[in-house]
Amino acid sequence: MESRSKRWTKSLIIVWTGVIVLFFFVPIAGVIISSFGKSRYFRFPVRSWSTKWYDQTLNANLTENLHITSFYVAGCVALIAVVLGFFGALAFARYDWKGRIFYQRLIMLPIFFPQAVLGLALLLWFTYVGVLPSWEAAVFAHLVWIIPIVTLVISIQVYGFDVSQEEAAFDLGANRLQVFREVTLPALAPGLFSGALFAFLLSWGNFPLSTYTSGADSTVTEWLYTKMSSGYTPMIPTIGALSVYGSIAILFIGYLLLIARRRRNEKRA
Amino acid sequence: MTTTSGVSRPPELRQPNVLRHFGQWLRNPGFISASPTLIFFLIGFVGPLIIVLGFSFVPERTFGFHGDWTVENYVHIISESYWISFAWSFGLAAATVVCCLLIAYPVSYGLARIFGRWAAPVMLVLVIPLFVSENVRLFGWYLVLLKGGGILAGSTKFLFGLDTGTLLYSPGTILMGMVYVYLPYTLFPTTLGLSLVPRDQMDAASDLGANRWQIFREVELPIAMPGILIGSLLTFVLAIGAISEAKLLGGANIVVIAHSILHEFTYAQNWPLGSAISMFAIVITGILVILVMRRLDLDRLLGRK
Repeated sequence: MESRSKRWTKSLIIVWTGVIVLFFFVPIAGVIISSFGKSRYFRFPVRSWSTKWYDQTLNANLTENLHITSFYVAGCVALIAVVLGFFGALAFARYDWKGRIFYQRLIMLPIFFPQAVLGLALLLWFTYVGVLPSWEAAVFAHLVWIIPIVTLVISIQVYGFDVSQEEAAFDLGANRLQVFREVTLPALAPGLFSGALFAFLLSWGNFPLSTYTSGADSTVTEWLYTKMSSGYTPMIPTIGALSVYGSIAILFIGYLLLIARRRRNEKRA
Repeated sequence: MTTTSGVSRPPELRQPNVLRHFGQWLRNPGFISASPTLIFFLIGFVGPLIIVLGFSFVPERTFGFHGDWTVENYVHIISESYWISFAWSFGLAAATVVCCLLIAYPVSYGLARIFGRWAAPVMLVLVIPLFVSENVRLFGWYLVLLKGGGILAGSTKFLFGLDTGTLLYSPGTILMGMVYVYLPYTLFPTTLGLSLVPRDQMDAASDLGANRWQIFREVELPIAMPGILIGSLLTFVLAIGAISEAKLLGGANIVVIAHSILHEFTYAQNWPLGSAISMFAIVITGILVILVMRRLDLDRLLGRK
């Protein structure tokens, strides 16, 4: 009787999870379906399919510019966030120091902050110190929000790091730099990698911070928002769909790399 | 050098000692590794907030600090209808948190206890939407719910020959959009919290005759609480700042607070008023964040043994 009710709960939870997965992917499927429609305005069921909007979109200069801007921003954000987040994570999780608990809470604050308000606060700040809105300013804005997240992600790896490995290396006569390069860095590499992945993708998809700070350099998400709330063009679903493919590809490649690394390490051990 | 020197030392000699301690503290590896992020935090977070605070006290339609201060922006907010935007934003955010918790809890439970080795792939599938821009996904909902030719209306018409209206432009749809966008932020911390509950402890409770509800209330919930709290807080705060949902799915019917702020900074060109509205949002979310943060042990939550 007990086990039967447990089995019931189990299947209910599995079904419910399936429903949520569907719920998550309904709009994404909607964008992809409409990107292959032939007519200028979306109508469902789609009568005739075509890839002509893809041809048009891929040949447009605009598409290239938008993606290059987004790519530069996300790339710079990932790079800087991982370097700063690495040291942040050491302070967060590795060293026992007075003020660590305070530091942990302080550094989290930008995550728990309405992003639209953060974006405009940064815009005022930039104006005040005389920085013009541009994609570089957007990088800075993204970093304010993304560094704490990356610090958290790397911290999880640091918590699992066995400090005695470092001490053993010191005992064997390695200097500080060698220990860092040969012991600490390889052990934390998966964390740094996931941190970079998170930073890149969150920056790539961010809208509220970019819209205030990027000025004339429009990113993909900004362009989509502007076009959606004013004139519709058939390029909206296409560019949207392209960015979906991009995110999924990056995420899967990252996931496979992590798994391959884990396999290799297991074999070596 | 004697054991009593610490007690009998006159105060003027103690001061260098304090300074030296401070100097040592500054040089410990923890503080050194923390300093890059701390400096960034000061320049990128504290500085901007001070400027917003400053701007909220200057006269209307000025773009700098010229020495005259006023509280009229705050009076303006209270006397005019901005509180309606606040009510919408806070109401929608609170409703979003409740819906997200109810929806996410069973899934988190499954991820933490039932799916076993399938948990990682399921998690990956659930993470994907998080990395597709919010605007793209909301646009997807727009296509689904579109009047006449949308996927929902189109399907009902095609399958059953029914002409349905549209669900767009109503508060319910905005709420659906917000739940959709912010669900992962509830889901993952809740899963983290639930995975901290030791299975033995639940089995023990069950062996001692506790029923499912008692286990839930006495064992599961207290241990999982930090994760649930972080998830709810994150969802609430992000929902307060939400702007695209109301704009894309709600048309012009409902003006949320983030939209009022954007409006003051762009079309109205009234930075001081926009800053004052922002300060309201900042103070209210700030109080919530501090209240919740005080109860959390981040070390335990993130897995220090």
